[in-house]
Amino acid sequence: MAVSAAKAAPTSDSQPAPEAAPETGVSSASGALEFTKEEELHAHREMLLIRRFEEKAGQLYGMGLIGGFCHLYIGQEAVVIGMQMAVEPGDQVITGYRDHGHMLACEMDPKGVMAELTGRRGGYSKGKGGSMHMFSVEKQFYGGHGIVGAQVSLGTGLAFANRYKKNGKVSLVYFGDGASNQGQVYESFNMAKLWKLPVVYVIENNKYGMGTSVERASSNTNLSQRGASFDIPGEQVDGMDVRAVKAAGARAIAHAREGKGPYILEMVTYRYRGHSMSDPAKYRSKDEVQKMRETHDPIEQVRARLIKAGLATEDELKAVDKEVRDIVNAAAEFATNDPEPDPSELWTDILR
Amino acid sequence: MPIEVLMPALSPTMEAGKLAKWLKKEGDAVKSGDVIAEIETDKATMEVEAVDEGVLGKILIADGSEDVKVNTPIALILADGEDESALKNGASTPAGDAQPKPDAAPAAGEPKTGGEAAAKRADEGAAKDASGGKQPTGDAKATGSAAANPPAPEVLPEPDVPEGTEMVMTTVRDALRDAMLEEMRADERVFLMGEEVAEYQGAYKVSQGLLEEFGAERVIDTPITEHGFAGVGVGAALAGLKPIVEFMTFNFAMQAIDQIINSAAKTLYMSGGQMGCSIVFRGANGAAARVGAQHSQDYAAWYSNVPGLTVLAPYTAADAKGLLKAAIRDNNTVIFLENEILYGQQFPVPKLDDYVVPIGKAKIARPGKDVTIVAWSIGMTYALKAAEELAKDGVDAEVIDLRTIRPMDTDTIIESVKKTGRLVTVEEGWAQSGVGAEISARVMERAFDWLDAPVTRVSGKDVPMPYAANLEKLALPSVAEVVEAAKAVCYRT
Repeated sequence: MAVSAAKAAPTSDSQPAPEAAPETGVSSASGALEFTKEEELHAHREMLLIRRFEEKAGQLYGMGLIGGFCHLYIGQEAVVIGMQMAVEPGDQVITGYRDHGHMLACEMDPKGVMAELTGRRGGYSKGKGGSMHMFSVEKQFYGGHGIVGAQVSLGTGLAFANRYKKNGKVSLVYFGDGASNQGQVYESFNMAKLWKLPVVYVIENNKYGMGTSVERASSNTNLSQRGASFDIPGEQVDGMDVRAVKAAGARAIAHAREGKGPYILEMVTYRYRGHSMSDPAKYRSKDEVQKMRETHDPIEQVRARLIKAGLATEDELKAVDKEVRDIVNAAAEFATNDPEPDPSELWTDILR
Repeated sequence: MPIEVLMPALSPTMEAGKLAKWLKKEGDAVKSGDVIAEIETDKATMEVEAVDEGVLGKILIADGSEDVKVNTPIALILADGEDESALKNGASTPAGDAQPKPDAAPAAGEPKTGGEAAAKRADEGAAKDASGGKQPTGDAKATGSAAANPPAPEVLPEPDVPEGTEMVMTTVRDALRDAMLEEMRADERVFLMGEEVAEYQGAYKVSQGLLEEFGAERVIDTPITEHGFAGVGVGAALAGLKPIVEFMTFNFAMQAIDQIINSAAKTLYMSGGQMGCSIVFRGANGAAARVGAQHSQDYAAWYSNVPGLTVLAPYTAADAKGLLKAAIRDNNTVIFLENEILYGQQFPVPKLDDYVVPIGKAKIARPGKDVTIVAWSIGMTYALKAAEELAKDGVDAEVIDLRTIRPMDTDTIIESVKKTGRLVTVEEGWAQSGVGAEISARVMERAFDWLDAPVTRVSGKDVPMPYAANLEKLALPSVAEVVEAAKAVCYRT
């Protein structure tokens, strides 16, 4: 959490992870971070599910089946999967509008998520929420929020409720590098620290707030230190390495659960696609994206380790890919054929 | 001539207080800045400082005297060279001056000499209260503005209050506190958060005593960060708690309005009915007195525009209590608009274990047959006073207290208009896209054929609220305007 890590703060053409925060000792994939075979396989499958789901969503968007805004999570999969490997049942998750991956990581049904994207009655919000507004009380997923930064105060409120109920749960609040400049983020940091709320703030620094790079938007690009004036500890983490994410997540969550208050994790990551489907991403070079995909892809890293260590064969991993594709295809099939909401739904769920 | 020390006004809306304690006794020398007495209002205990030098010649109002009107002489200070014989002359004069001078607007509330309120608790609430401490309380009376001196509440009792129920005179402030107290006792999920709600006991003393009963876990002082703590409240509500979020005034809630509308009001719909937000946002709304444009806005129309919100604006203490209890129990997001000037006013409240007033039901506060006047919150003070004036001229006005702005009880208005054929709406907010405009549209849609005259709106003038006393008065609706509008729609002069 040394401020000097700022020098390593990612630039648009730097590699995000290895040099990100040597001081934290988190980023380097040292022996201490090794996953068991089961963990590697789990991470691989769950990340692949998000990847394939998002690719399919992009496809359906292109076909006109998904409308409006659609923000894909491709490239950032290790962040949410690593964090979910560190939680306990009942811990809450809340995020912004790039939320499909979080929902899948919370084990929400891909059919329900995809059907919401297509605006159908079988969607999680009966087709009334859309890509940015989905929730699952059962899975403790609190959205899905379309206003940049709003989820930070809301997630702090979830942590407030945990403390009020003394239920021992921790709230994970995800937001991006763009939201990290919002005023209410700091109002929330203050209250979270003041009241020692059990909350982990996960800043997914994918280097661009829409088309504006972190360097052009943030006076200090080491976002892990954004809690410094509230005395909230923070770390930069290689958000492309699911093992580093899980290890940092476990530390942060334990800190929060032990009653020590909030913790900030800056996940240095990268999104491969544009900000939304309608973003041509002219603000960065194809090379930059290509380089990231080739050298830091979160799924490829796990895959390579599995093969190299002889923990899985190519055929076995192909089988996983097929299983995941089947799930995604079934979700797309459902989301395509499920009827639109009944017109009477226009008038429901306003008050209860 | 001895110098009179007058009972000071410690807030823009203070009319009287208790002289708690003298800290100097007769014969003591006092100099400028000495604290000579403590006085208590329903909001706070404050110290009175001498602003002149001399000897405290005579104490006119004894320790412990209650309900001492602002500007009443409370002591005489003998200047250099004066002795007690001067008291004989001096003491006889103040009687006439004890009452606020009705038409000397800015001067009436200015302690002529001697007494000065000292805001020793230099924090937000007190500082703000005291900042307008020169508000001439007699001023409003003189001009016929009902705001500072409402007509005796001859509001009809709620129909479902059993006959013979004891009625207890209660301030709106205490009624609101009682509502929170009762609901917090009944439901552990209910908690109160906001600026100065706990240790300070509420900037307007609405939360008095709650910290002592429920502790800091459930009565929570927040930093001055409306956007953040509104969001925290909404998040807690999404997780199943039932927060009461107090805004010191709704003017500050503009910083939080994104969380109120985008997060609180819309989530139930956006989640397909899965996740709702049971929360009450409450606080003082509209103009207080002499606090200028940024602290004097009426937000009733703003919030009433939004589906997913319930908007309440009670006038009487009974409705304040009964509706706040209903609001806290409600499963949705409720905007509860209070009024600073009404906080200190007393109304009969039925002494019942659980007095709840239904949301969405207007009340006929005064039956009549010639013209319908619809008002709510402090607008009712103008409406009721105007109805009295109109009665003298043979115009029998029916006054409807809307109480709930959204969902609006249109039926009660339509029924009344079908009887009277005439409608005047009264609100302190601006006319454009105002609540009166909405009522007018609904009546046009549903009772067009019953109207014998165009609906007329009496509203706040289309300007930011000015500070100067005379301009502020002009900017707000007045009894005279309501009377005039009612006569106009009755084609009377």
